[in-house]
Formats: sequence, C-alpha cells, structure tokens
Amino acid sequence: MAEQNAGTGDRPLIQVVGLTKVYRVGVETIHALRGLDLTIGRNEMVAIMGSSGSGKSTLMNMLGCLDRPTSGAYMLNGRDVSRMGAKELAQVRNEEIGFVFQSFELLPRQTALENVELPLIYAKGGWRGRRQRALAALDRVGLSKRVDHRPNQLSGGQRQRVAIARAILNTPSILLADEPTGNLDSATTAEILSLFRQIHSEGQTVIIVTHEDEVAAHCQRVVRLRDGRVLSDLPIGQDIAGRHLPSVHSAHAGAERAGA
Amino acid sequence: MLNPLFWLQAITLAFSQIWANKSRAFLTALGIIVGVASTTSVIAALTGLKAKVLSEFESVGASKFFVFPDRPDNAPRNMYPWEKILLKTAEAKAIRDECTLVKALTPITEVGLDVESGGKRIEGITVSGIWPDWHLVQNRFVQEGRPFTEIDVDSERQVCLINADAITELDLPANPVGEALLLGGRRFMIVGIVETTQARFFGMNTSSAEIFIPFSVAEKMQERNFFMRIEGMFASPETAQEGEDEVRFVLRRMRGLTPGEPQTFQVAAIDRFIEQFKALAAGITAIAGGIVGISLLVGGIGIMNIMLVSVSERTREIGLRKAVGATPMAILMQFLLEAVTLCLVGGFIGIAFGRLAAFGLTRIPGAQLDQADIPFWAVALSFAFSALTGIVFGMFPAIKASRLDPIEALRHE
Ligand SMILES: Nc1ncnc2c1ncn2[C@@H]1O[C@H](COP(=O)(O)OP(=O)(O)OP(=O)(O)O)[C@@H](O)[C@H]1O
Ligand SMILES: [Mg+2]
Repeated sequence: MAEQNAGTGDRPLIQVVGLTKVYRVGVETIHALRGLDLTIGRNEMVAIMGSSGSGKSTLMNMLGCLDRPTSGAYMLNGRDVSRMGAKELAQVRNEEIGFVFQSFELLPRQTALENVELPLIYAKGGWRGRRQRALAALDRVGLSKRVDHRPNQLSGGQRQRVAIARAILNTPSILLADEPTGNLDSATTAEILSLFRQIHSEGQTVIIVTHEDEVAAHCQRVVRLRDGRVLSDLPIGQDIAGRHLPSVHSAHAGAERAGA
Repeated sequence: MLNPLFWLQAITLAFSQIWANKSRAFLTALGIIVGVASTTSVIAALTGLKAKVLSEFESVGASKFFVFPDRPDNAPRNMYPWEKILLKTAEAKAIRDECTLVKALTPITEVGLDVESGGKRIEGITVSGIWPDWHLVQNRFVQEGRPFTEIDVDSERQVCLINADAITELDLPANPVGEALLLGGRRFMIVGIVETTQARFFGMNTSSAEIFIPFSVAEKMQERNFFMRIEGMFASPETAQEGEDEVRFVLRRMRGLTPGEPQTFQVAAIDRFIEQFKALAAGITAIAGGIVGISLLVGGIGIMNIMLVSVSERTREIGLRKAVGATPMAILMQFLLEAVTLCLVGGFIGIAFGRLAAFGLTRIPGAQLDQADIPFWAVALSFAFSALTGIVFGMFPAIKASRLDPIEALRHE
C-alpha cells in the first residue's frame, strides 16, 4: 500500500482508455461498451447515469475488476488491471475495491459482523484484529448495535449499511455502488446517500451508478453514458443546468425506450 | 497463502452446511457410512477370531508338531495298505533318538476300554497310551501323586494317571492316588492326578474324564494294526521348519522311501497352521478392503452429486466471495473441504456403527468373538479412505465452483 501511494502522486486513480466489451449470445453480438474513455481522480465522488442498457453496470464491473474488457486498457493506481490473471484480480478486488450491490448480497446465515468480516478471510494477514476492524466499520455506518443480527432481522437500509461496511472495511481505493438505493424507499435512500457522502468526506473515492437525479445530486460530477460511450462528463452544477435543455438526454432516452 | 481465518471459516462453514442440510447430508453420506461400518465390523470380527485362534494355538504351543499316517493323494489303495502306512513305535523311537531339534515327543494311541472302580462300571472310556514326555509336550503336569517315568514304560507297569473329571465320574475318593482301577479287566494303580487344562482346541474339549496308561501297556492291549499319532515339540518355534525337515528325513529313511516316492505320512507344525491362518485372515481383510473400496466409490458418486447441487445452489454466494477477493484456489479449497468434511463425518458415523457391531459380536454367546475389536489401523485407514473419497469426488465440483465467473455467478437466480 505504502509503495503504491509513493509513486502515484499525480497519476489519476482510474484511467480507462478505449474500453470495449462485446457479449456473444448465440449468433448475436452485443456491444455493451464501444470504446469508452474515462479518468477519475482520487477522492472524487462521481455519479454514472444513463438509460437502461447504456452499459453502466458493464463499466462498473470492469472498474471493480469483476470482469475483463474485450479490448482497451484500464489503469488502476498506475497498474494495468486489464492484463491481470484471475488470482491477481482477486487480490486487487480484495485490497483496492469495495463493491456495493443493488441487492445487498449478504450471506443469509451469517451475522452482520461475520458478513462485514468476509473480505478479511481472503486478505493477507486478515486475521489480526479482525473483530475490531469489522466493529469499527459497522460503527462507521451506524450499526454498532446490530452486529449479531442476521440479514433477515435487518431492514433494507440496514442491510445496505452492512454491505457498505463490508465494502469499506479494507479501506479500498475505490468504493463502487451499482444502484445502491434501487431497492430502497426515498427516506432510506437519503440516509444511505448521506452515508456515502460522509464516507467520501473522510477521503474515500466513490462511484455510484444511478437512475435518480436526487442521488446524482449528492455527487460532484456526473458521467452520462449512451450506447457504451461517454455522452457527457460534467460537474454536477453544469449537468443539472444542461438537463433542462431539450437536447441530448431526453431525446436519447425517448429513442432508447422506443427501441426496447 | 490462505490465512488461518480462511481455514477457520471454511471448516465452520463446512460443518454448518452439513448441519443446515442434515437429512440430505446423511442420505448422501449413507454409502460411506454403510461401507465403513460393514468393513470395520468385518475387520473387528476377524480381529476377534484371529486373537481367539492364535491364543488357542499359543496354548497348544507354537513349537508343537504332529505326525500322522497319510495315504498319498491319488495313490491306489492296494499299493498303500493301512498296515503299511500306520506309524510304528520304532519310528517314534527313531525320531526321538535321531532328531536333534526335537525336544520332546510322545506317541499317543487310544483304546476304548471298560472301566470299573469299586462298584461303578463305565463302558467304553477312551484310555490313552503315552510316554512320560507327554507331560512336556502337552504342558500338563500332575497336581497329586507323580508323573509317568521311563520305568513305567520300560517295565510295562500297570499304572495310570487320571484327571479330576474322571474322579467325579468314577465316584473315586477325593485323593485317589494309590487306589486301583480295572481297565479292560486288568488292574491298574492310580499314581497321579493330571492337571485339567481349559484349553479348547477348535471346540475339542479335553477337559472331560481322561485316563492315561504307559504306551507300552496300551500297545499290548491294542489290536495288531493300531492307529497312533505322534505329538512332539521342537526346541523353539524358530527351528520348526528345520525340525520338520529332520523328522521327515528320518521317517522317509525308516520307511525306505526313495527320493521320488510320495510320502506316506504327514508332519505338521503348529507354526505352519499359524502362518496359514494369518494368510487366510489377511486374505479376508483384503476382500473387506475391496468392499470398502467399492462402497466408497458408490458413496463418492453421491458426494459428487450433492456437491454439484451445493455449488449450483450457492452460485451467488460464490460470486460474492469472488467479488470481495476470494481467489479461485480459496473457492476450490472451501468446497473441497466441505466434501472432505462430509465424507469424514460419514466415516465417523460408519466407525461408530462398526464399533457398535463389534460390541454386538462380543456378546454373541458361543461365537467366541469376545476379543472382536476394530484395530487402530482400521480406524485410521477408514478415515484416510473417507478423506480420499472426499478429495477425489469433491474435486470436480470444487473446480467447477472455482472457475465460475464472478459476474455471472452474481447474476445467477
Ligand atoms: N452477460 C451478458 N450477456 C449478454 N449481454 C449482456 C450481458 N451483460 C450485459 N449485456 C448487455 O450489455 C448491454 C449493457 O448492459 P448493462 O447491464 O451494462 O446496462 P445498464 O446500463 O447497467 O442497464 P440498467 O440501467 O438496466 O442496469 C445491454 O444491452 C445488455 O443487454
Ligand atoms: Mg445496470
């Protein structure tokens, strides 16, 4: 960790160049990403938006090292992740990535604490002080009173907090969240978002995929995708201003809907 | 590479997985349970039998040997009439005098005689004619009176030895030494009471009424061509093989058998029986091992099946574990460990049942298996084979799990 921080002072945290992803389903080929370029710096809070099927999840999976691009390069912390093997990728996911899913993905038979500890099972030297680390993470998300509860004894918002605690446990380089509030009501959404903001304010880089403007409003920067490419990449203020122009976004959204 | 926390949770997970699907796990492990239980109980029975038989051999004496007449296989009856084959007293003497490895030896011949004592008369009691060395060979000495001596035989004294059972059967006084018995109408003096041994050799009970007279006297009371056998002991069990050769050599010479001619007698050392029995027991053990092999194979297929089910049920979990940094090796190990744990639990239950069966065997009256027990090596081997089954048959599902694509796994319903 120390060695990575030393040499990467002015290098961007995430640098994606010409990223493509092609899926083959039977005879059909689906171009989920078509040469996407994106650069994200340290301690940014970015929203990724775009209509359904525009490639948001595909991009997030690439950024989270869960999937490998068909072509293009992805430099994370100055390392070319797109060339790594399964074992190295697992280590990167363990040390550098925190992933929050729309459906929480907690292990149903394990307690909140055990769920949070999960990444430590696969970490180097993860057994030392694991309880304290997991408790600290649960404390950060405001769940220090629910450590022994199982997922089915928690509300949706609490489950997502557990998932967030698990994601930030290893103090990753990036916290990725793919529609983290998609399964939550608006009050809970607001709570979860303020939690993300708090974590961001503590120095964490956060990338959130969302369909909702209220969610994006919590971020500093909005990247809009369309057909596997970046459509716009603006600071939040300009993005909101631009959205009222009858140009790109709504027209595109209409087209997508017609096509579906 | 994988940290202690991983192993801790993998083992906990394996057990909790089995616990959560108790009945399914039990049915899956049934093949292994039955295989291990049946094999260990067979081995237990065999161990008991072996202990019993060997201790019986031991009580008879490992350095003991027998000589008895034997018509060669497929030989025409007229070429080897019984009178030619029967052992002769001279032959017994020759073996005693010439075989250096023979420590003691006695011919034994049995005569059925009517016995009278006081007013009591019993018909057809078996009376054995023996030499004084009989005491050594049979390891039976007198508890009252005196043993037989060379003089008894040489001067054909009308003396006899009896055992305790004979005292009660013949209504003799408590210490009958010095009393007289009528054996076949001839008067014999009781000179000693021989010990009654509890040795039962393959159910042959030697503890009922017994009467012994000097061999030279018995010889006279027999018909012309009478049957006798020779019992003897070698200096030590180690020289049994050589000793047998020596006896054979002397007897062949006595009988004038040329090198090509078949033998008209048998020399058998207890030592040889022990070897043969051990070989037999080893053979049965090997067959039992084969049975466990087959049943573990069948059980293993069940294990593989259930592990494939488990992998597909837990695809999302695998995806999540990969997303938080589980390497393919970690996933592989987790599922392999689960398969091995399942098999070991099956093996454990199997051994428990085997032990129960072994205990049952010791309680069967008359089965003489009171020493039936599962030896440590069989327990260790059962566990080893169970673990091996888990590894072999858990490998394919584990590899399958380890190769799952994290994204596809997370998308699995
Ligand atoms: N495993 C796959 N196999 C085939 N096609 C896929 C696969 N995953 C995604 N796609 C396709 O790739 C395109 C991009 O999908 P992606 O999930 O990235 O969209 P998204 O922007 O996340 O949409 P949503 O907002 O609905 O989640 C879609 O057309 C989708 O059908
Ligand atoms: Mg999506």
